[in-house]
Amino acid sequence: MKTTEYLREDKLPHIWCPGCGNGIVISNIIRAVDALNLKRENTVIVSGIGCSSRAAGYMNFDTLHTTHGRAIPFATGIKMANPDLNVIVISGDGDATAIGGNHFIHASRRNLDLTLIVVNNNIYGMTSGQYSPLTPTGKIATTAPYGNIDRPFDLCELAEAAGATYVARGSVYHVQQLKRYVERGIQNKGFSVIEALSICPTYFGRKNKMGSPVKMLEGIRDNAVIYNGKNKEEGKDKFLIGEFKNEPDREYTESYQKIIDSLKEGK
Amino acid sequence: MEKNKMRLVQGNEACVMGALYAGMRFYAGYPITPSSEIAEESSIQLPKVGGKFIQMEDEIASMAAAIGASLAGKKAMTATSGPGFSLKQENIGFACMAEVPVVIVNVMRMGPSTGLPTSPAQGDIMQARWGTHGDHPIIVITPTSVKEMYEFTIRAFNLAEKYRTPVILLADEVIAHMREGVEIRTDIEVIDRAKPTPGEPYLPYQLKEGDIVPPLASFGDGYRFHVTGLSHGENGFPTNSVEINNALIRRLNSKITDHLDDIVEVEEGYTSDAEFLILSIGSTARAAKSVVNTLREQGIKIGYFIPKTVWPFPEKELKECFKTVKKVIVPEMNMGQIALEVERVAAGQAEVHRLNKVTGELFTVAEINDGVMAVINK
Repeated sequence: MKTTEYLREDKLPHIWCPGCGNGIVISNIIRAVDALNLKRENTVIVSGIGCSSRAAGYMNFDTLHTTHGRAIPFATGIKMANPDLNVIVISGDGDATAIGGNHFIHASRRNLDLTLIVVNNNIYGMTSGQYSPLTPTGKIATTAPYGNIDRPFDLCELAEAAGATYVARGSVYHVQQLKRYVERGIQNKGFSVIEALSICPTYFGRKNKMGSPVKMLEGIRDNAVIYNGKNKEEGKDKFLIGEFKNEPDREYTESYQKIIDSLKEGK
Repeated sequence: MEKNKMRLVQGNEACVMGALYAGMRFYAGYPITPSSEIAEESSIQLPKVGGKFIQMEDEIASMAAAIGASLAGKKAMTATSGPGFSLKQENIGFACMAEVPVVIVNVMRMGPSTGLPTSPAQGDIMQARWGTHGDHPIIVITPTSVKEMYEFTIRAFNLAEKYRTPVILLADEVIAHMREGVEIRTDIEVIDRAKPTPGEPYLPYQLKEGDIVPPLASFGDGYRFHVTGLSHGENGFPTNSVEINNALIRRLNSKITDHLDDIVEVEEGYTSDAEFLILSIGSTARAAKSVVNTLREQGIKIGYFIPKTVWPFPEKELKECFKTVKKVIVPEMNMGQIALEVERVAAGQAEVHRLNKVTGELFTVAEINDGVMAVINK
């Protein structure tokens, strides 16, 4: 199918700023969905609040734009109610790890079959550049005018530790790889987390004097260390991209179905 | 289910029985006293009928999951109490705005804050109406018995489905934990949400001539529609249009206010010639009724007025009473919340006397009697 058929073209132009990474992430989600031949009618996109969460409105599926931080629990209800649906959650770094942090770890623990894509632009873009739990220490934000003293999460380590069964980090520079990770995340029957390192030239870039969107993309290229299974240390001052975990485990709706079946059989 | 069997059941248990009868197939909750039995019973019963139960990580998530399940086509419920009810408010507002049928049970306990978790109160009357931000419609119904816990839960689902709205079943701790003999009716009509006509173009927020609300498709039906908490047009997509926003907010509210005769339910006794009136809800109404019956035997012209739908408030029905009623006594297990509405509706036509109890205990018949006599003899 033409990739544009996965978009609601009549809803364009989108609200994002020039140079924003969101479009690259969305296009790779669409390419992954297309590569896997997922039916549009059988796929639901759920998002929270923030710039990247506006993606749901532009995507030609059943789409649910929820409240701030709550995309995962809304998606949990959908998946539980109808496990035949493919449920993809799009969230930002603030949405998924600050206000939605509790849902993030518990969805990881539960291993319900959702695919979460966290678009990490290191900042709250929609509210104009406040620091998020993924803003690196020392960086400038509109609420960290003297430099951010918070320590950021490593989102992928958090997901791994909490029990997500597929965990990967890609970037808006490494697009083929990002598409592959989304594909594998969808294929994993369980809770999958794909962190997509992105850029926000308008706020994060401007506040931190990082130059043009192209310069910011080059920055991702230059600072990315490809994870090879044993070089976690190398990523310390840069960042690791790669697949950190792909260990399928018992999926939640399947476990629940077993209970239903056992009661039916009168066991 | 056997025909109208008599059973001794607890209020919370009756709630789950009613929910299952009404077609509940999804429950999401978080443990909290005094509503936990609703979650426990749902966890036992739902998988037996192919439904799903999930204990979420918090109250916010429970509300969200219930809404998600409803959008995927399942009748969904969550239950909570005071602190949890506070946490659910944002997503209740989402359900109001996105017009998602869902039932929320709030078993009122003594607040504010953690308060007295196992003690009865009626302090969430105003929160049930205005707990979430913005001008939103809401239906709140209040049972006075275990029988009504069963029947009103069915009614809550029916109203939610019919009006595409969250419905709050507002019980107090006494009604939830009490056990009573209940005739389990199996002849109550069950209403399912209207679905779009297959083959026709579907706009999820387009009201068609003669309909109460726009039909609601389920995710997975093939319509590929959008749902958002942002102000939206008939197509469901966000808009900044002042005209569309105005039309939406007015339609959301009028879908309730245009159907008050269907939604509002009141139990009245001796009101046709009453000079005095006791107005109360929930467990308080039981004591009030007893007081009225006794005083009537003594020849005092007193009646009772029990809103079974507390929101929208039964304004028309109460106004009717003021043709004869000169004094209203409003006993409440709070500092005076329903009394505010009674004062508004009375608008000077009758005296409104408050009788408030905030000890975390039930009103006794004697207490209400004393309060009423003080007003009568004044």
